Amino acid sequence: MLPQLCLALVIVGVTAYGVLGSADFGAGFWDLTAGGAERGGRIRGMVERSMSPVWEANHVWLIFVLVIVWTAFPVAFGSIFSTLSIPLFLAALGIIFRGTAFALRGHAATMKEARGLGALFALSSVLIPFCLGAAVGGIASGRVEVGNAAGEPFGSWLNPTSVLVGVIAVLNGAYLAAVFLAGDSRRAGQPDLVRAFRARALGAGALAGLVALGGLLVLHSDARALYDGLTSGGGLIMVIVSALAGVATLGLVWAERYGPARLTSALAVAAVVVGWALAQDPYFLPGRLTLRQAAAPDAVLSVVLISMAVGTLILAPSLAYLYRLTLQGRLDQDYEPLDQRFRP
Amino acid sequence: MPGALLFAAQVVEALPGNAQRDTELARQMQALSLTVHIPIVCFGIAFPAMFLFVEGLHLRTGDQTYKALAKRWSKVALVLFAVGVVTGTILSFEFGLLWPSFMATFGDVFGIGFALEGISFFVEAIFIAIYVYGWDRLSPRAHFLTGVPIVVSGFTGSFNVIAVNGWMNTPDGFDLVGGRVVNPRPFDALFNQNMWHEIIHMYLAGYIVCGFIVAGVYAFAWLRGRRDHYHRTALVVCLAFASLAAPVQVVVGDWAGRDVAKSQPVKLAALEGLQRTERGAPFTIGGIYDRDKGEVRYGIHVPKLLSLLARHDPNARVIGLESVKPADRPPVNVVRIAFQTMVGIGTGLALLGALFFSTWLRKGRLPRSRWFYRAVMAAGPLSFVALIAGWITTEVGRQPWIVYKLMRTTQAVTSADGLAVGYAGLVAVYIGLGAAVVWLLRRLARRPAESEVAG
Repeated sequence: MLPQLCLALVIVGVTAYGVLGSADFGAGFWDLTAGGAERGGRIRGMVERSMSPVWEANHVWLIFVLVIVWTAFPVAFGSIFSTLSIPLFLAALGIIFRGTAFALRGHAATMKEARGLGALFALSSVLIPFCLGAAVGGIASGRVEVGNAAGEPFGSWLNPTSVLVGVIAVLNGAYLAAVFLAGDSRRAGQPDLVRAFRARALGAGALAGLVALGGLLVLHSDARALYDGLTSGGGLIMVIVSALAGVATLGLVWAERYGPARLTSALAVAAVVVGWALAQDPYFLPGRLTLRQAAAPDAVLSVVLISMAVGTLILAPSLAYLYRLTLQGRLDQDYEPLDQRFRP
Repeated sequence: MPGALLFAAQVVEALPGNAQRDTELARQMQALSLTVHIPIVCFGIAFPAMFLFVEGLHLRTGDQTYKALAKRWSKVALVLFAVGVVTGTILSFEFGLLWPSFMATFGDVFGIGFALEGISFFVEAIFIAIYVYGWDRLSPRAHFLTGVPIVVSGFTGSFNVIAVNGWMNTPDGFDLVGGRVVNPRPFDALFNQNMWHEIIHMYLAGYIVCGFIVAGVYAFAWLRGRRDHYHRTALVVCLAFASLAAPVQVVVGDWAGRDVAKSQPVKLAALEGLQRTERGAPFTIGGIYDRDKGEVRYGIHVPKLLSLLARHDPNARVIGLESVKPADRPPVNVVRIAFQTMVGIGTGLALLGALFFSTWLRKGRLPRSRWFYRAVMAAGPLSFVALIAGWITTEVGRQPWIVYKLMRTTQAVTSADGLAVGYAGLVAVYIGLGAAVVWLLRRLARRPAESEVAG
């Protein structure tokens, strides 16, 4: 029971990061593709305004996942990080670039500076989810062996499943970001931006859905065990829930109901993460290490759970306060297109 | 109990796989990343207390200058926090990327420290965002209160991480059966013998480093003739915080030294270059340790002082390097030079702090000599050097062990290839990061203070 509860914590963390962290990466994606300085200035301004107060808190979910895994499933953590060292190191470098470039762009004095920093921020926003997704693909397709760098250094993340999950991670982020940004734009009273993000949300959502469906074929040939898990029993139910939530989100975005769309889009991600866990049950590292084998002794697991419960008592009201202030617009900065700032 | 020291056996790694030839590279990478992150931790510890103090002054007096200063500092803190978020993430990645075997073997024993740190970090991220973006948008009182969790979580976060470092030096909270780590007791591990002096030593260091670095910026402005209310307040607040901490640090350092003498005698011997176990051991200032001769050459020997410092008894017995075989000794010169650098700079900073306080208390003003301001400007970088030297002392002094007397650093390291490539990439990225942060802070500093009140 305790290992399952700790796994549930990991699932919560991965889901939260997969929604909130991904949306920040997706915002970077739209920043990247917004076009020239003048045309893209409005979009970039909105991205900056939405992300500034929340991206650090969103990023902490990644740390949360790492910490739970290394405490509760230490052997799996060592195996994953030594085998998948290349994509994880690339993601780490990307994290430096993205965080710094974003923080600095807010203080840029000229369009030229903002453009350079923005490009760095946006490119790393694509690199990070791809690399993390590729690492997830390597784990899910059973390519991480137990041991110190015992798996393939390249094949473990340059394979069909990894590439698929990496691409889905990028698209999923873009989709979530567009949904969130459309809602933020409406609150900021910018109807043209609402339209722009709505179109992007519909496009990216449809594309992400198609890639995910087509991806099942990839899994069928490359990761048969994962495919079987996702197409039977609890895994299948979760895939269906995710698909329905995805379609519902598209419908809600179409109907311009962005508040509920936030929730259904998050549900779509959560269902996929839970489905992944169910599909590889009873394994933590598929084919190599079961959840029970991977878990630390019960004494440690119960300390982890108690600490997290106490932490939640502190964190839940704090987060609720942050998101309430954010959604009420009390922390909102005045909206300003990014290129406007540099005009006299 | 100092139980772990009694263990004779070395652990068996939990991860199958070969040890690695690149341990040196991995250590260099980890050291580099820590050197980048630790000064930011100092700001995380001390800066919130400083800007909150100034905001408190504003609430009491209504003086807009205080508000401008608190606002400016909080914006700097947010930038540094963002940099700390990413450099801290790198550290947690590196635990797995560089030391997978260490994590696999002991992650369950000490991991909880990082889980608690994660919670602190989360609270910090939430409230620093509310605080900085909430200026003029929340009621003054509510705004002040949102700063309190930042101060508290800055302390608890570093507390947990440093507790883990204390654990690496005085491991506790598990049993060894046939070399296997079993029966982990996370809270025994967290509250280990070295924890208290390490956390207090580092906490004070945070105030000293942050206080003197920020003071140095305003001392520079002062020398260029900017001596208005705003600059004077900034200088006095920074100097007051740093100057309170610096003399206390001398006392805490003495306590840390005595703890190390008890729990890690070989580390102490390396700090002092003491070859043979002896009674009434001398303290040697300066000089170079000669490994072939087993003595410190060209140094100034002060008889019995080491015994006095380490045990508070001039004739006490102090254990020498010879008590363990050469392969189990740390690199003496690195540790010793780092230690003496830290002590030397720390003493100087304590004197500078005492000078500031005596002038301030007796005359109610800042010292007039230009040399005082030049010294404050130098104190910032020097306190950073002392900080890093202190960490080199404790970390290199622990070698060749990653977990003292239980797991060798060479057992812990990754077997993956390509560390050199990663190292080169990381160096390039950090150089860019450092340049970018300096560029940004200079830009922030150039904005006139009045712009803060208007916004």
